[in-house]
Amino acid sequence: MSDQEDDIILSELNDEDLVAQMFDDLYDGLKDEIEEGVNLLLARDWTPYRVLTEALVGGMTIVGHDFRDGILFVPEVLLAANAMKGGMAILKPLLIATGAPRVGKMVIGTVKGDIHDIGKNLVGMMMEGAGFEVVDLGINNSVDAYLEAIEREGPDILGMSALLTTTMPYMKVVIDTLIEKGIRDDYTVLVGGAPLNEEFGKAIGADAYCRDAAVAVETAKEFMARKHNRMAANV
Amino acid sequence: MSSSSSNPLQIMLSKRDWVLADGATGTNLFNMGLSSGDAPELWNKTAPEKIRALYKGSVDAGSDLFLTNSFGGNRSRLKLHAAENRAAELSRISAEIGREVADTSGRNVIVAGCVGPTGEIMEPMGPLSYSIAVEIFHEQAEGLKAGGADVAWVETISFGDEYRAAAEAFALANMPWVGTMSFDTAGRTMMGITAPEMVKLLAKIPNKPLAFGANCGVGASDLLRTVLGFSSTNTKLPIVAKGNAGIPKYHDGHIHYDGTPELMATYAVLARDCGATIVGGCCGTTPDHLRAMRTALEKYEPHERPSLETIKTALGEFSSESDGTDGNAPIRKRQNRRRRIT
Repeated sequence: MSDQEDDIILSELNDEDLVAQMFDDLYDGLKDEIEEGVNLLLARDWTPYRVLTEALVGGMTIVGHDFRDGILFVPEVLLAANAMKGGMAILKPLLIATGAPRVGKMVIGTVKGDIHDIGKNLVGMMMEGAGFEVVDLGINNSVDAYLEAIEREGPDILGMSALLTTTMPYMKVVIDTLIEKGIRDDYTVLVGGAPLNEEFGKAIGADAYCRDAAVAVETAKEFMARKHNRMAANV
Repeated sequence: MSSSSSNPLQIMLSKRDWVLADGATGTNLFNMGLSSGDAPELWNKTAPEKIRALYKGSVDAGSDLFLTNSFGGNRSRLKLHAAENRAAELSRISAEIGREVADTSGRNVIVAGCVGPTGEIMEPMGPLSYSIAVEIFHEQAEGLKAGGADVAWVETISFGDEYRAAAEAFALANMPWVGTMSFDTAGRTMMGITAPEMVKLLAKIPNKPLAFGANCGVGASDLLRTVLGFSSTNTKLPIVAKGNAGIPKYHDGHIHYDGTPELMATYAVLARDCGATIVGGCCGTTPDHLRAMRTALEKYEPHERPSLETIKTALGEFSSESDGTDGNAPIRKRQNRRRRIT
């Protein structure tokens, strides 16, 4: 700990500087400082939803952009997500209690035959970091497991991950089943994983291929905005 | 095997200008009917004839060295198949079959005991401690050694501590070793390590590998950019280049790698020019590719160190503009406030 660090007293910062400092602290993965910042803002009568969207999601957006751009890599993102989690643990019960609006909900899982989960976990963490509610189905998910989960959870988004060239075609099986059941258009389907590409995403009928966790978050937000616009237009 | 100077790979490296390694394990086993998601290592016990055929495919195509079918043969990966107690056994058998294929090949062929990543994220970002990682690798290394592997060969590593843990495990097993990382994220490993940073990491390891390098990652072009990054440090250690046969493409429900044998032959020659000594393939590389690579390497005449432009023209585009070593990697300009001390 340097002298310079000791100079910063979070409680002495005004709201604007505190939020800017929280962006930096998220970037640096400082969990204790994030928890302190969240509590300070709440004590200053910020609503839990405002703390989430302006301080935490704002900070994680920077982390996401730098991950996408090859400035930050997985270790830094994991530490940032961990700091974010600290803040979220404080906010979650308050968000529910105050009936805060939902950013969106995602069901995510690695497809059948595939047991890889680092990439999927990263997407889950970044989505939570962006304020989404995430239901993680884990690895090796069959069509039935996906169907059951989306029926139970009613998500906006279904995310599928595969790391093997031999398991990625299974994504098409899931999408084809959704089409068969007539519920394909009820969900935004995002796919990702090391061997995939955009061409593949299109070929199997996904809404989008997401190159990495940061792109997944941006794409998810975009589709949620479209959904809201559509709903508004239909009213 | 107490002294690395008497190790067969060490001897081969002292006598030869280049060594042809093998191609893919996973993608070739899938072609033999392995179902996705199944542990290939279980076949060591239940379908040894297929593993023998896999090894023989490489050896008959001209490989001087092949990796055993034990990439996921550590306790941590096998746990996902409820076979966590079989790490040593399955690794041993993978090497025993390899020994048999190498010893009946009629020429000098090295059996490299393959060790893949644990699949866990290490502390402080994840749950896996350094000491447990060493234990996991050590257990597997002892199995490979008992089966007669000439060297331990760890690959597809992305995190420095995991690489160091494997090295320490090989020291405990008293095995000479080779270790490669996978540079798949903007020219770096998933954890952000650049090629020169990997060379720096080697300096911190007491039991030096016989060779180090890169495997898998994105396409053949990216892999050679990484090899250039290694050789630019003037390291004295032999460099391994084990790149994928192109990029996976999806056609009519099936995946195939778009790299032709001709492309991989060009890649092999360029790999030598970039400074690699041990050249092989990774995903998508079949015996046909290896034969073309062997022929090309036998006819090899040194050229000057290729430029990135030359590599791009010969093998295709890079996946990112910078690999973090040219000073052109993107950075964030930050306000001069508190920073985490690392």
